[in-house]
Amino acid sequence: MDLQIFLIQVLNSIQYGLLLFLVASGLTLIFGIMGVINLAHGSFYMLGAYAAFVLSGLTGGLLWAIVLGVPLAVLFGYVLEWIFFSFLYRRDHLQQVLLTYGLILVFEEVRSLAVGDDVHGVAVPAALASSIPLGSAMSYPVYNLVISAACVIVAALLFVLLRRTRLGMMIRAGASNREMVRSLGIEIDFLFRVVFALGVALAAFAGMINAPASSVYPGMGNQVLIICFVVVVIGGIGSVTGALIAALAIGFVDTFGKVFLPDYSGVLVYLLMAVVLVWRPEGLLRESSA
Amino acid sequence: MSIARPILWSVALLALAALPFVAGKFYIDLIAKIMIMAIFAMSLDLLVGVTGLVSLGHAAFFGLASYMLVLAAPDQYTAVSLWTSLPLAMAASALLALVIGALVLRTRGVYFIMVTLAFSQMVYFVFHDTKIAGGSDGTYIYVKPNASIGAWSPFNLGDNAHFYYAMLALLALTFLFLRMLLASRFGRALRGIKSNEQRMRALGFNTYAYKLAAFTIAGAIAGLAGYFAAVQFGFVNPEMLSWHQSANVLLMVILGGMGNLVGAVVGAFALVLAQDLFSSLTKHWLLLMGGFVIAVVVLLPNGLTGAGQTWRHWRERTRSG
Repeated sequence: MDLQIFLIQVLNSIQYGLLLFLVASGLTLIFGIMGVINLAHGSFYMLGAYAAFVLSGLTGGLLWAIVLGVPLAVLFGYVLEWIFFSFLYRRDHLQQVLLTYGLILVFEEVRSLAVGDDVHGVAVPAALASSIPLGSAMSYPVYNLVISAACVIVAALLFVLLRRTRLGMMIRAGASNREMVRSLGIEIDFLFRVVFALGVALAAFAGMINAPASSVYPGMGNQVLIICFVVVVIGGIGSVTGALIAALAIGFVDTFGKVFLPDYSGVLVYLLMAVVLVWRPEGLLRESSA
Repeated sequence: MSIARPILWSVALLALAALPFVAGKFYIDLIAKIMIMAIFAMSLDLLVGVTGLVSLGHAAFFGLASYMLVLAAPDQYTAVSLWTSLPLAMAASALLALVIGALVLRTRGVYFIMVTLAFSQMVYFVFHDTKIAGGSDGTYIYVKPNASIGAWSPFNLGDNAHFYYAMLALLALTFLFLRMLLASRFGRALRGIKSNEQRMRALGFNTYAYKLAAFTIAGAIAGLAGYFAAVQFGFVNPEMLSWHQSANVLLMVILGGMGNLVGAVVGAFALVLAQDLFSSLTKHWLLLMGGFVIAVVVLLPNGLTGAGQTWRHWRERTRSG
């Protein structure tokens, strides 16, 4: 493998890992704080990608689609928590699994009714549609670098929010000890709603920004969901830092697996999980300080 | 109650036994399929309802046994012997369950749900990404396994009525086997683990070994169902071990009611018939299915067999409140 190809694969790994992190960080926070296992989290990624497709058709560009789509996702998450998820907290995990599975079916069919079952492409914004030449024969699309850069910025903002603000302090406290936060008089209902909306917005943003690179297709949410479970299991439930480490590790294992062992690349990620489970059944970082 | 139950049982069994005399081929095949799913659902009930292990990856063991039917034959046109391929398929599923179980049982609660889902997805990718048995397209099986012992052929799996009765017998045998298992010391230990694992450990039970044994037995029985599903459908594809299949069988257990095996059977009948009804109504039937799933979990937390109990609870609550 020469240097250019290696470099390209490293960039691809980082891009994939960061996208996974955006989806998985919401999943791990929602579980860590509310104790809800949410199978429908992958659907938010799917809905984000479809929102990018529909909105960029209406507004004429992906940038406007994201500017409009992210507040819509926050609103959607806020309302969904209110009318559906807030009823799940008192139920056991088994019922949460089935209720959110039912929700996936509803989302997928509503998507099918509204947009159909075709694969759609989303145009890369014109200013970013060029490629950077690498060596004599290779090039790397600028837009893929933009995806990674945007993910880094969002991830950095998330860490600032969690570590430097009062809200973040409450969220971290909620992730490590929910009962204590409740008994200290913090308005937990509001906190739940904010965290849920944040998680939905992160997943939807990942879906939107990646839509031009991945295209938009039915079932895209489920694929992401299951890999994100692996991220959460490896990283440790409730730990955002753990999710970042695990997501990047999976990005590298999956991308380089596809290069070296194309037939078995789908399996490698799960083998990584098996190794971590033998080594640390609770994940790398469990409920540490976010 | 004490008299009503045996009567209900006899009526149900008689109705199932008499069905091939009155129903057409379509219904014979449909009910045979439901009985296979009922065996599958009972095996999951051993984990979810009895031991308290919510597995979201049970289809891996079902699907592996389906694939073993293909892998046991030299090609798609050669009939294998039922008596060698079935034990082989069940052994493969049991072995897979033993290996996966040894890993996933290190975790508990919500981790367990995610990890079982992830490992079943790994098995899915093995059959989806590699060229084994047709890769992502799956493969057809043109001949049914051969049930003859030497020169004597007790039944013919290619005959719908024969297959139907074989499945009915298998359903009854699996039910009796699991009932006996539950009544044994082993079964009571599993129930003890569900209600309080800490206490069982304090009493000196090696709960990990008990759970692993239950996981392996459940895997083998899921394999039994998966094998006959492949025989009946005449094809296998990776969807047979997808997580939708795992969620489906979990739904059957919940819909019927957990922990008593009867519920799993009732749930299999109710869910497959509901799917049949919905898919005949509209192309977008999964929307109805999603609503149905949510309604069942919200309105019938104890399932159909526990509906009376749910109703009494609700009435008491509204009366006192």
